Amino acid sequence: MNPQPTDATGEAAPETTTGGRPQNVPVVTEDGAAGTPNRPAPGGRQVALSDLSAYYGDHRAVKEVNVSFSAGEVTAIIGPSGCGKSTMVRCINRMHEEIDGARAEGQVLIGETDLYGPDVDVVAVRRAVGMVFQRPNPFPTMSIYDNVAAGLRFTGAPRSEIDARVTDALKAAGLWEEVKDRLDKHGSGLSGGQQQRLCIARALAVEPEVLLMDEPCSALDPVATLKIEELIGELKERVTIVIVTHNMQQAARVADTTVFMLDGELVEVGSTHKLFTTPEDERTERYVSGKFG
Amino acid sequence: MESGSLATELLRPPSPRRRRTDKAMRALMWTATFIALVPLVLVLYYTLKKGIGALDWEFFSTDPTGSFLGTQGGVKSAILGTLEIVGFAAVVAVPLGIGVALYLTEYGGRGRLAQAVRFFVDVMTGVPSIVFGLFIYLVLVLGGTGGSTFAGWKGSAALALLMLPIVTRSSEVALQLVPGSLREAALALGAPRWKVVLRVVLPTAASGIVTGSLLAIARAAGETAPLLFTSTIVKGTTFDLNEPMNSLPAQIFQDLKQPNDELVQRAWGAAITLIAMILTLTLVAKLIQRRSRGKGAT
Amino acid sequence: MEAATHQVSSGGRPRLGRSPASRLPDRALRYGLTALSVAVLALLAYFFVKLAVESRLVFEEEGVLSYVFANNWNVADSIYGALPLVVGTLITSALALLFGVPVAVAVALFLTELCPRKLRGSLTIVVDLLAAVPSVVYGLWAFYFLIPKLKPVEQWFADTFHFLPFVAIGSVPGPNYFIAGLVLAIMLLPIVCAISREVLATVPANLKEASLGLGMTRWEMIRISMLPYARRGIVGASMLGLGRAIGETIAVTIVIGDSPTLGHSIFGQGYTLAAVIANEFNEAAANPLHKSALIAAGLVLFVLTLLVNSIARFAVMRSERQSGRPIAGGGGL
Repeated sequence: MNPQPTDATGEAAPETTTGGRPQNVPVVTEDGAAGTPNRPAPGGRQVALSDLSAYYGDHRAVKEVNVSFSAGEVTAIIGPSGCGKSTMVRCINRMHEEIDGARAEGQVLIGETDLYGPDVDVVAVRRAVGMVFQRPNPFPTMSIYDNVAAGLRFTGAPRSEIDARVTDALKAAGLWEEVKDRLDKHGSGLSGGQQQRLCIARALAVEPEVLLMDEPCSALDPVATLKIEELIGELKERVTIVIVTHNMQQAARVADTTVFMLDGELVEVGSTHKLFTTPEDERTERYVSGKFG
Repeated sequence: MESGSLATELLRPPSPRRRRTDKAMRALMWTATFIALVPLVLVLYYTLKKGIGALDWEFFSTDPTGSFLGTQGGVKSAILGTLEIVGFAAVVAVPLGIGVALYLTEYGGRGRLAQAVRFFVDVMTGVPSIVFGLFIYLVLVLGGTGGSTFAGWKGSAALALLMLPIVTRSSEVALQLVPGSLREAALALGAPRWKVVLRVVLPTAASGIVTGSLLAIARAAGETAPLLFTSTIVKGTTFDLNEPMNSLPAQIFQDLKQPNDELVQRAWGAAITLIAMILTLTLVAKLIQRRSRGKGAT
Repeated sequence: MEAATHQVSSGGRPRLGRSPASRLPDRALRYGLTALSVAVLALLAYFFVKLAVESRLVFEEEGVLSYVFANNWNVADSIYGALPLVVGTLITSALALLFGVPVAVAVALFLTELCPRKLRGSLTIVVDLLAAVPSVVYGLWAFYFLIPKLKPVEQWFADTFHFLPFVAIGSVPGPNYFIAGLVLAIMLLPIVCAISREVLATVPANLKEASLGLGMTRWEMIRISMLPYARRGIVGASMLGLGRAIGETIAVTIVIGDSPTLGHSIFGQGYTLAAVIANEFNEAAANPLHKSALIAAGLVLFVLTLLVNSIARFAVMRSERQSGRPIAGGGGL
C-alpha cells in the first residue's frame, strides 16, 4: 500500500456538481503582493501559486488557482469540506503526488524557483516546505529527542548541530519546558496537544521556509487548540505559515490573510478582517455568515 | 406481579425451549474446548512419560552410535544439526521474505507485478513441505550442486522455501499496519524514500515482523519430510553445511521404526527436546506480539 | 552539501536540486527489492517447470489420465496408477475436516464469546501450543498411544455399524484412514481455530449488541448475527486447514498403513500422495520411471493444494472485503 493520505481522502470526495458555473477569476480584494519582489525576510519566503491544478485520476480537485502567500504572514485557507483546500496545500510541498494516480499542473514559486521545475528534487522541496498534519503523528519507535532530530538525520545535517537545533525547535514549539526532563521517553506518552507541538518542533528543526498546517487542531481539545494558535502567532516570525482550517473562528483568530475556496476554485482572497466582515463575493458572504458549508 | 401487564410481558424470561437451546449450545462449546485440549495434554503427557528417562547428560553430549548391540548414544548431532539447518534457512529466508514484503507494501502497490507476486506467494504458502523437499532433491542433490550428495545446506534450502512465503505474508501484514501518516510525516520532513522505508516504516513494523519470522522458524523447525532426502540422516556431528547433516525430526523418524526400546525411548527424548525448542520460539513470538499490542505502538 | 540544498536562491541561483549520487540509494532499494520479487517469481516458475519436466516420463508411459485415475500402484511390475493415493489423500483430509472444523469453530466461539476474561489469554496460548507440536511427534504419539487405545472402539463400531456406508465388517487394522484423519484433525485444529477467531473478532460490536438488545439469548446472537457474518471467513479458514491436511506427510506416513490399495472402509489401510513420496523415495532413486512417478505424485499434490488454497484465499478475501479489514493470520499460518 502506498502512503494513504488519510487526511486528504475526504477532500477527494467528488463534490463537483457545480454544473455550469463560470470559471470565476478570484476577486483579489487587497494587494496579494503578487508582484512584489522577494523580501529579504527573516520570516520565511513568499509562496506564489500560478495556474495550479490538482488531479486525482481524472477528477480535478483544484482548478487553476492563482494566489500568493506573503512572507512572514499567516494565511488561512477556509472552505467547506471537499473544496480542495487540503489538496491545494499538499501541492505546495508536493505531497499530493504521493497518492496513486494523483498529479498537479501549474507552478508553485518560492521566491523565483518553481517547485515543479525540471531540475527540482522533490526531497529538497519538502525540506524547504515543512508540514504539520491533521492528527499528531510522532514516530512511535523514536524518543522525543529523536523525533525532533529525525528530519535532521534524514537530511544529513552535521552531527554537531543536531543538539542545538533540537533544543531550539522544541523551544520554538513551546514544548521545551514540558519535555526537557524526558527527552529520551517515547513521544506517544505525551498528550494530544503536546504530540502536535512535537510534530511542529519536528517540522521546524529542519528550518523550512514555509510551514503548511493541515487542520492541525481538528483532533485537539480547546485548551490544546488555543496553545497551538498562540504558537502560530509566534512562529510567523520564523516562517511563512499556510493553515488549512474548517473552523472560521480559528482563521479569524490566527490569520493575517484568508483565502476562501469552493469546489476547487479560489473564490476570494483578502485580509482576514475584510473577508469576514465585508466580503466582495456573494458566495464568500454566504459561507462566512454560516448559510452553507 | 400481574400477568398480562406490559411490563411483565417485556421482562418475561425467554421461553424454556429457547433457554434450553442456549444452555445446550453453551455446554457444547465448553465441551468442544475441553475436547480440543485433550490431545494436547495427552501428547505432552505421553511424550514426557516416555522420553523423560532418556534425558541425561549423555543424551545431549553424545552422537548416535548406530551399533546393533550395546549403547545407542544420544542425539547431540541431531540437536546441533537442527540448529544449523534451521538457523541457516532463517538467515536466508527471513531477509528475503522481509524484502519481498517491503516491495509489496512500499513500492509495488496495486501494480500488476505486485499482484502477481502476492498471488504466487500465496500459492507458495500452500505448497506441501514434502514437495519443496522433492524439488530441492531434484535440483540440488541429483543436480550435484556442490558435489552430488546430501548436505545440510540443501536441507536449509528446502526449509527456506517453506519459510519464505510465511515470512513474506506476515511481514506484509505488519507493514500494512504502519499508519500512512507516519510515511507522510517522514516524507514531509524531506526524507528520501529509502530512509522513510528503512528508518521509519521498518522499525515501526519490527515487532510484527519478528513475531511472524519466529513463527515461521518454529514451523520449519518441526518439519521432517523435506529433510529426509535433502540433508538426510547421519550419525556424527558436523559443523560443515556441505556435509550430510542429522536433524531432530529425522532422527525421531528413524529411531521410531526400530524395534529397540532404547531407540524408541531416545526418539521420545528427542521429541521432548524438539517440542521444547519450538515452544520456546513460539512463546517468545507471542510475548513480543502481546507486548507490542499492549503498548499500542502499531 | 545536502544541508545547503534547500536554501532557495541563497545566492541568486535557485538550488532545489540534488546531486544524482544522492538519489542512488533510492534507486538501489527500489530496483533491488523489485528484482528480488521477480526472482522469487522466477524461482516458483522454475519449481513448477522442473516438477513437470521430471514427471514427464511416467505421464508418457501411463498417460496423464490413467496415472491419476488408474487403481493400480504396483512398483514391482512398474505400473503406476495413483488413484489409491489420491483417494487416500482425499479421504483422510475429508475426515480431518469433519472432525476438526466443528471443534475448531466451537473453540473459537468459546474463546471470543463465552470464555471468562481471565481464562481467555492462557487458553488461547494453550490452543496455539497445539500448533507447536511437530508433526512427527503427533505421528509417534498416534502410533504408540492412539492406535492401541482406539482399536477396541473402532472394532466395536465396525462390528455394530457394519451396515453403514464406508464401514465394513472384519478385523480393524491398527493404522488406517480413520486414525490418520483423526491425527490430521488435531493438527489442523489450531490453524482453523486461530483464523476463525480473527474472523469472529471482526463482527461489529453493534451487530452483536443489537441482537442482545432484542432479547436474544447468547446462542441466538451467535447463530443469527455472528455465524452468517463470519461464515465465509470460516470456510476460508477450513480450506487453509484442508490444504495443510492434504500436504501433511510424516504423521500420516506413520499411521496410514502404507497400503497402495483402495480401502473399502474408513478403517481400511491406505496410502496418501505425500506418504508414498516419503516412503518410496530412497528405493526409487535408481529407477527412473518410479522416481518420475513419485515426482508426478508431488505434482498432483501441488495441484490439489493449489486448488484448495485458491478457493480458501477467495473465500477469505471476500470476507475481508465484507468486513473491510485484513485478517492478519490468513497468511501467517
